[in-house]
Amino acid sequence: MKNMSEIELFAPGHRACAGCGCSLSIRHALKALGKDVIVSEATGCMEVTSSPYPETAWRVPWIHVAFENAAAVASGVSRALKALGKTNVKSVALAGDGGTADIGMQALSGAMERGEDMLYICYDNEAYMNTGIQRSGATPFGAWTTTTPVGKVKRGEDRPKKDVPAIMIAHGSPYVATASIAYPVDFEKKIKKAASIKGPTYVHVQAPCVPGWRIEGNKTIEVARLAVLTGAWVLYEAEGGKINVTFKPANRRPVAEYLKSQGRYRHLSEQDIAAIQKVVDEQCKKFGID
Amino acid sequence: MKLKHGAVITEPGNSENYETGGWRTFKPVVDASKCTGCGICWMFCPEPAIKKGKPPVYNYKYCKGCGICANECPVKAITMKGRDEK
Amino acid sequence: MKQVMDGNEAAALAAKLARVKVISAYPITPQTTVVEKLADYVSNGDLDAEFIKVESEHSAMSACIGAAATGVRTFTATSSQGLMLMSEMLYAAAGLRLPIVMTNANRSLSAPLSIWCDQQDSMAVRDSGWIQFYCENNQEILDTTLQAFKISQELLLPVMVCYDGYILSHTVEPVDCPEQTEVDAFLPKHNYPYSLDPEKPVSMGAVGVPEYYMEFRYLLQKAVRNSKSKIIEVDREFKKRFGRGYGIMEKYHSDDAEVIMLTMGSLSSSAKDLVDLLRKRGEKVGLVKLKSFRPFPNEEIVSALSHAKAVAVLEKDISLGHAGGLYLDTAASFVNIEHTPLMINFICGLGGRDVTSSQLEQAVREAKNAAETGKVGERVRWLGLQEKLVEEASG
Repeated sequence: MKNMSEIELFAPGHRACAGCGCSLSIRHALKALGKDVIVSEATGCMEVTSSPYPETAWRVPWIHVAFENAAAVASGVSRALKALGKTNVKSVALAGDGGTADIGMQALSGAMERGEDMLYICYDNEAYMNTGIQRSGATPFGAWTTTTPVGKVKRGEDRPKKDVPAIMIAHGSPYVATASIAYPVDFEKKIKKAASIKGPTYVHVQAPCVPGWRIEGNKTIEVARLAVLTGAWVLYEAEGGKINVTFKPANRRPVAEYLKSQGRYRHLSEQDIAAIQKVVDEQCKKFGID
Repeated sequence: MKLKHGAVITEPGNSENYETGGWRTFKPVVDASKCTGCGICWMFCPEPAIKKGKPPVYNYKYCKGCGICANECPVKAITMKGRDEK
Repeated sequence: MKQVMDGNEAAALAAKLARVKVISAYPITPQTTVVEKLADYVSNGDLDAEFIKVESEHSAMSACIGAAATGVRTFTATSSQGLMLMSEMLYAAAGLRLPIVMTNANRSLSAPLSIWCDQQDSMAVRDSGWIQFYCENNQEILDTTLQAFKISQELLLPVMVCYDGYILSHTVEPVDCPEQTEVDAFLPKHNYPYSLDPEKPVSMGAVGVPEYYMEFRYLLQKAVRNSKSKIIEVDREFKKRFGRGYGIMEKYHSDDAEVIMLTMGSLSSSAKDLVDLLRKRGEKVGLVKLKSFRPFPNEEIVSALSHAKAVAVLEKDISLGHAGGLYLDTAASFVNIEHTPLMINFICGLGGRDVTSSQLEQAVREAKNAAETGKVGERVRWLGLQEKLVEEASG
């Protein structure tokens, strides 16, 4: 943390909720990237809260176009930079889990397949939070959202979380990493590394949402940390497809601790939690966590 | 204020014109005697409304009172006034 | 230097002569060979440009937006379904006031699927804020596309150059190609005032809150409306340098005509042939060929058509539930105008249906009949329709 830049390229006055995990992820990403970037962002929480005309929280060049095309816009930016010979400026695409896993998947896949020289950062709060907490492909199994509500017949999300980092690895990206805002030193290190590699590189940072996860505003980091300490969210990087876990929690905690810290999982039965524990155990085995 | 082509904004970071400090219910206050200057509060502030230091300096114009700083401080040097006082 | 080429080659050549820096395009019939020709140019080093082989038209326009915003000359091409897929981005490009040039090989719209020519595609996006031109032949495609780069750069408005799919895109004609040095003298170095640049950070695409959105829309409308003078100015300069000019419309024996045909695109050529034939017979028939559809030149249209007894508006499109777009805009121009001709809308050539000289003659005959009787009857009529089939289907 001693080497963490003190320059703030994301200005306060933005309209993100008090305790917003995502705005913290933007702040750290920009610290790691520095000023020589052009950010192409998708519609979403971080776009809407950072750019209410005539104000902007961005101290780097920034463009927002639509929900599904951050990767395509960033591709255009990247090629224009190449045409201009501006080799010191990095094209960075930024989107939430919605603009990445779902509506943004085509543009992202295209950019990845073409080998565009860009860095794609996905800030993952596990639902379409900007429009009021609707599920996305990244919503984990069991979570309450407004489109996977808890009722008499259906109780929360019934599909597992879409593994976007794995999809990126399958596209042959030279560097793919997962991160958490509870581990900002690790996150910034990964951003720096991803930006230094000729793209397309991908970093996926999990960031809790206060209203969406049904947590208190002061618990954002605590909850994000629990995700990692229980093995529900694994921090790793994959260089040339070779996976390296960057943090292995000693004495991995039961996932119930993580689930019970959030209101969106309040309805889960003991059987539900046991089923989730089983999946987490398999995941940890796969990554060699224990 | 002159409207520019395509709604482009040419003053970077002018969101500072909007003081989100007005959102606050509880106000974080540092007990300087306890503070070790670790910088964790600064590192985890989403605004940011904290300047790194021993003790840190708060910019109350923007602090939304989320309380992350108080929750994460390893020596419990920060209290949320209006909530944590006994 | 005169060469023979089809419309697609003419479009690709214009982009090459304009020294575009980023091309972002997706193949679709009948635009495909534009993309292929450009790929050839880049592969051979004849054009120093980045060619982004995007995975869809939506991404094609998105990447154009990113590139144009970063400050380079940008180009794409599409048709039909591709134009529809990127339509969301067309509105964004115009709203962001970016200089982008696109050629559109006019093709019909699904469903049912049709790869053949009509103008429903570009007509469907006339509201988007793009300047829209329609070309009559391959020479005009080359010239108009070159002009488009200058217009878009100087006005900060995206420009769409439309031409009939297959009829022009795949038909070989002689085209006088300007020299690179001549084009360099005509087209200034590309410059975009708000380029995304870390040395001078700007934010583009902010949230247009209700306090300001309407003003931005007003300013965009004003810009598109006022673009007419720049279009005329650039065309005048082009004529001076290259000897060919088109204006925003062309009047062909219409000044003393009693019946005037109004067309856009290659149909204008067929209509001109008919005018020549009918004039030989002593009939006072004329043609107005409209080139600039957006901005729609209300005053010029009124001035060109007002004296006629009847106007036959011929177009290859229909706004389903009402009438053809060209007819609707023309008719609207005549509201509150004292001398208004009778007008009939003729829908023709949909889905690649040949528009024959006998169909055009029928249109003129029906317009003449209206002029003589003073009655219009059916305001929207279809030419070349297989009446029996539709009767059977409807009965």
